[in-house]
Amino acid sequence: MRDRPWILLGLVAFLGLITFPIWYNQAAGTTSAAPELQKAVKGDTCIYPTDYMRASHMDVLMRWRDEVVRNDKRLVKIGDKTYNMSLTSTCMDCHTSKADFCDKCHNYAGVKPYCWDCHVDPALLKGGAGERAALRAPGGQHVD
Amino acid sequence: MHVLPALITVLLLVAAGYAAGRIEALRFFFGAVVPLAAVAVFLGGIAWRVLRWAASPVPFRIPTTCGQQRSLPWLKHARLDNPATGWGVLGRMALEVLLFRSLFRNTKAELHAGPKLVYSEEKWLWLAALAFHWSFLIVFLRHLRFFMEPVPAFVLALQNLDGFFQIGAPVLYWSGVIILVALLYLLARRLWDPQIRYVSLFTDYFALMLLLGLVSSGLLMRYFTKVDIVAVKQLAVGLITLSPVVPAAVSPLVFVHLFLLSVLLAYFPFSKLVHMPGVFLSPTRNLANNNRARRHVNPWNYPVKVHTYEEWEEEFRDKIVAAGLPLDKE
Ligand code: HEC
Ligand code: HEC
Ligand code: HEC
Repeated sequence: MRDRPWILLGLVAFLGLITFPIWYNQAAGTTSAAPELQKAVKGDTCIYPTDYMRASHMDVLMRWRDEVVRNDKRLVKIGDKTYNMSLTSTCMDCHTSKADFCDKCHNYAGVKPYCWDCHVDPALLKGGAGERAALRAPGGQHVD
Repeated sequence: MHVLPALITVLLLVAAGYAAGRIEALRFFFGAVVPLAAVAVFLGGIAWRVLRWAASPVPFRIPTTCGQQRSLPWLKHARLDNPATGWGVLGRMALEVLLFRSLFRNTKAELHAGPKLVYSEEKWLWLAALAFHWSFLIVFLRHLRFFMEPVPAFVLALQNLDGFFQIGAPVLYWSGVIILVALLYLLARRLWDPQIRYVSLFTDYFALMLLLGLVSSGLLMRYFTKVDIVAVKQLAVGLITLSPVVPAAVSPLVFVHLFLLSVLLAYFPFSKLVHMPGVFLSPTRNLANNNRARRHVNPWNYPVKVHTYEEWEEEFRDKIVAAGLPLDKE
């Protein structure tokens, strides 16, 4: 009986905690708008249909990595086009801005791919084309 | 057997969610109205249950005693198992809620040849329950990345920890694996052991299977089929800012996940799952055992009209004297 204030306090604390995201979004002025991404600088389509890429681009990247690193195969034919299976040389050739494309979307989704521990963000390379080409593939074996 | 009805119910719910995701006319209802209604039922239901518990009288301390009560100074007092103060109760409660101490005491009884009754420790239930609940908490908190924008730092930190080994892409979260294994064990336990199967009810299987459906649909989306996460987050943020949108890109699998969650939320306050707030209000856990140290007066004692011996003696004094009986007061 004498514990009733404590029980009410607990209930209020629970309700406050569980509805915390509501107040958080209110304070941040969040709306359900999707992030504005950089348009691809080249090509009308992605290497696969956009819907597929949006959900499964990590699968593509992992497949490519395995092909390159484990099978020493660098080229892939998709439809009638041939691509160099490279994160920085191919993906980032069309999606040039890591910050305005990959990061923007990843920040929104709350993912932090660790790929950039080793792979380079092309925008960070201020040097000439030669320097860029040398740094494109982390292994240095660059195939174009 | 209550297994099949529970399984069939959950499968029907899955089918309903999937169908709703495919039928244009139902998408908004199942993507926005049902989840919001479920949350309202959940919050209202929990508040209602807790307020009803708070209203029930607790006139006396009824702690289960698992250790020596505080007594004479030379008797060793079990402070956590039989606490005598509010702080002791806090400690016992924390151990109970965070580590499931009562479950740790679980034993099993078996009849061996002889016949001989043998009691032994049985920790698997405790381990699986602990694994399930902690992973559920982590999974729940990780989901805040869908509901909060910008994503708070503690959610990112939790993800980092959960995906510490950086296996695959998307990174494997261990909580997802552990919760699945723990749930499968908890279900298998009920099916395996005839005694436990005998005491298992529809609600026991239903809760487990509903959670299994929820967890598997989540794992399926994250690691296998993949869904458009941006669209999912738009839906989630729309729900929580009370301006729901259901983007066309949200896959039917998300509807399965969302519908199972809605059912879980709405079912929660009215089923055994309500032990979540309930554990805090269990009188055997949350009351200090100070019955002998402090007087607990029943607070709703009705003012009973009493007739004491003295008054009675006064009333029948002449008769008592006449009968030659002894009097207390001469
Ligand atoms: C030939 C140029 C080209 C290449 C190479 C390319 N993309 Fe695309 N990508 C596009 C176009 C065009 C779109 C359509 C959306 C747009 O206009 O930005 C797109 C869309 C996407 C989307 C969906 C974005 C959204 O708006 O939701 C993702 C994710 C994506 N690409 C990732 C990748 C990845 C990862 C790679 C490397 C494996 C890659 N792309 C390679 C041109 C390209
Ligand atoms: C520990 C450092 C490291 C990390 C972390 C890393 N990579 Fe790599 N990656 C490499 C190296 C080294 C190669 C080989 C480069 C070569 O031979 O051209 C490579 C090659 C690749 C390739 C094919 C070659 C190319 O030019 O891109 C892809 C695709 C790739 N990685 C994707 C990823 C993705 C996606 C991630 C994050 C999930 C990632 N990598 C994380 C070191 C790393
Ligand atoms: C349309 C939004 C979007 C864009 C644009 C995008 N990503 Fe992603 N990416 C995601 C989402 C969402 C996930 C996480 C999926 C999940 O958690 O199930 C993800 C996951 C990944 C992963 C797996 C990492 C992990 O730790 O789980 C890699 C690698 C990745 N993205 C690389 C890229 C690269 C490289 C680009 C830029 C070329 C890019 N992405 C652009 C949305 C996007």
